[in-house]
Amino acid sequence: MLRHLIALIAGSLFGAGLFISGMTDTAKVQGWLDVFGAWDPTLAFVMGGAMIPMALAWIVRNRRTTALTGAPLPPPASKQIDSKLILGSLLFGVGWGLAGLCPGPSIASLSYGGAGLYVFVAAMLTGMILAPALRARLDKPVPAE
Amino acid sequence: MPIDWIWGLIGGLLIGTGGAVYLLGNGKIMGASGIIGGLVDGSGRSTAWERIVFLAGVALTPILLMPFYGKVDTHITDNMLVLAIAGLLVGVGTRFANGCTSGHGVCGMSRLSIRGFVATACYILAGGVGVILFRHVLGVI
Repeated sequence: MLRHLIALIAGSLFGAGLFISGMTDTAKVQGWLDVFGAWDPTLAFVMGGAMIPMALAWIVRNRRTTALTGAPLPPPASKQIDSKLILGSLLFGVGWGLAGLCPGPSIASLSYGGAGLYVFVAAMLTGMILAPALRARLDKPVPAE
Repeated sequence: MPIDWIWGLIGGLLIGTGGAVYLLGNGKIMGASGIIGGLVDGSGRSTAWERIVFLAGVALTPILLMPFYGKVDTHITDNMLVLAIAGLLVGVGTRFANGCTSGHGVCGMSRLSIRGFVATACYILAGGVGVILFRHVLGVI
């Protein structure tokens, strides 16, 4: 029960932050990425602002053994840089720029994004379902001639 | 607009507070693509209900805030083909990379994760090149 209440509070803060910051406005995201257009720095302030409480939370995490609910805390960050991380981030970036939407804001604007948003979310879910199979194909060793 | 950055900062602080609550409360990293993706394929450490409740919070708070804002313009393109391709790329890409702007960007970089910095550099670079190409060269967005 407490776990679900915390998830609801965290999700609500996330949704409120995305809405208030304007990150559900695709023009702001594309405005940040478009350095040759009317450049919009808002996203940098959103990222910077979000980093402050998160950095403090990581400091607190280092002094604790479990989370409030008794759940284990995340292990130290992996340092492995692989092709999946780079290729995935590049693909994601192109999609992000193309629509001006990333996963969080697409959920935050579900109630007012209209038909276009539903097309985006449906395609995103399809991509998420297809990803493991595509990844397996990439991982398959190339047969020798 | 000159006050946009202030709202950006306030919104950012709220996003980070949400991530802090999720981390210290439930021991989870607040990555939107991981939370959504785990619901689709059952991967990750959270239960389905925890994900659904989190996403309900994300989707419902804007409805509660809407009366204070009036009409909100999303500027989402009418070009459904562009949206479908973008959605597929975001879905596949975030699952390959195991994170997006919230997971790698906010949660990763704030813990000085090298994966977070590399992922963020890659998606901002690709997004920037993409927008310049699609907007100024091809004119599709």
